Amino acid sequence: MALTRDQLAQRVAQEFKDGYYVNLGIGIPTLAANFIPDDMQVMLQSENGLLGMGPFPLDEEVDADLINAGKQTVTMAEGASLFSSAESFAMIRGGHVDLTVLGAFEVDCQGNIASYMIPGKLIKGMGGAMDLVAGADNIIVTMTHASKSGDSKLLSKCTLPLTGKGCIKRVLTDLALLDIEDGKFILRERAPGVSVDEIAKLTSGELVIPEHVPEMVF
Amino acid sequence: MSGFDKVVTSYAEALDGLEDNMTIIAGGFGLCGIPENLIKEIKRRGTKGLTIASNNAGTDGNGLGLLLEDRQIKKMISSYVGENALFEAQMMSGELEVELTPQGTLAEKMRAGGAGIPAFYTATGYGTPVGEGKEVREFNGRHYILEEALQGDFSIAKAWKADRCGNLMFRKTARNFNPMAITAGKISVVEVEEIVEIGELDPDEIHLPGIYVNRLIKGTFEKPIEQRTVRSA
Repeated sequence: MALTRDQLAQRVAQEFKDGYYVNLGIGIPTLAANFIPDDMQVMLQSENGLLGMGPFPLDEEVDADLINAGKQTVTMAEGASLFSSAESFAMIRGGHVDLTVLGAFEVDCQGNIASYMIPGKLIKGMGGAMDLVAGADNIIVTMTHASKSGDSKLLSKCTLPLTGKGCIKRVLTDLALLDIEDGKFILRERAPGVSVDEIAKLTSGELVIPEHVPEMVF
Repeated sequence: MSGFDKVVTSYAEALDGLEDNMTIIAGGFGLCGIPENLIKEIKRRGTKGLTIASNNAGTDGNGLGLLLEDRQIKKMISSYVGENALFEAQMMSGELEVELTPQGTLAEKMRAGGAGIPAFYTATGYGTPVGEGKEVREFNGRHYILEEALQGDFSIAKAWKADRCGNLMFRKTARNFNPMAITAGKISVVEVEEIVEIGELDPDEIHLPGIYVNRLIKGTFEKPIEQRTVRSA
């Protein structure tokens, strides 16, 4: 079975380490905040200018001056700090954020990522995604493995305009966890009940299948 | 106005000298920390042909979205322009030019503009449409593109609290692009929620020194929320 949104978020959270500063993109990455283990401290960075993001506010706590990068009202966690957008991206560009998680339309086995623009369709802009993929060393891309019609999104070469070049080393899809090394996808884990064959069929870029590919454990 | 007193008493005075075809650097992220009354004043003045650098372009009926209604904006320099139907229509028809700029690059372009740095190298955008036509240099085995600084004829911004000489404090994530935007305008205009006398702010707690501020005005704010998201108790 393909992973649900919550399972994707749960698997992302397994990459968190105690003391990590983490930037979570809009959508599934944001859900990963719900699965931070109780015995672990993780501080969430919101690129508009907040380090130490808390949960959504109670109705009476809503503050128009306190939002996240998705423009949602949020709260601050204990130990939070506030700063300008220039300072925020200095942290990101300077490689101070330990882990970045974001979505994509396509990735390829050269580590390229396309996530912000489909030519001919509406162009909304890249927001902070280009800075995040260029600045972070440790990035996890979360995405669906293939389109609804079965076209692979893990390609030998991205077809859409790039968000970043050669910067992605780890991809988590609804079917598998893969690393990108030396121009190849390496299959590391598969979703429970999903076969290696099924993953191989839906991966269009070159795929290396190690002898043992464990199922993800939740 | 006299000496270091930057306070003006009307929005008309605050934007005196703003003319057609000028460039404005604006603070704000989404609808958070936007100079909402200064934007309304630009609408009232009917200034046209504007180039505006701002992370977003407001929403329908809010923020910079108001200036789209009378086609006052010629060009937007922004990182994200979703959430605005009028914007889409004008962009698709070609009446509105858009220069998509990565968010961190945009913040740094404003910062550099105010800090006397004409351009800087960044890895952001290398190998993407953003890097096309820009100078590329390699440092320590990595590719970087040259991005030029941004400066405006005016900057418009919102802060929380000020003293009369323009020392500013911001509040929570309403700070966002505001400090850099203020530094990058030849004439910087800041609206705030509260103005206190000189000497009343603790110098250690000032986020942006008044040297960057030319005109200061006290306003009242609606503070619209784009995505009101709450949890249940």
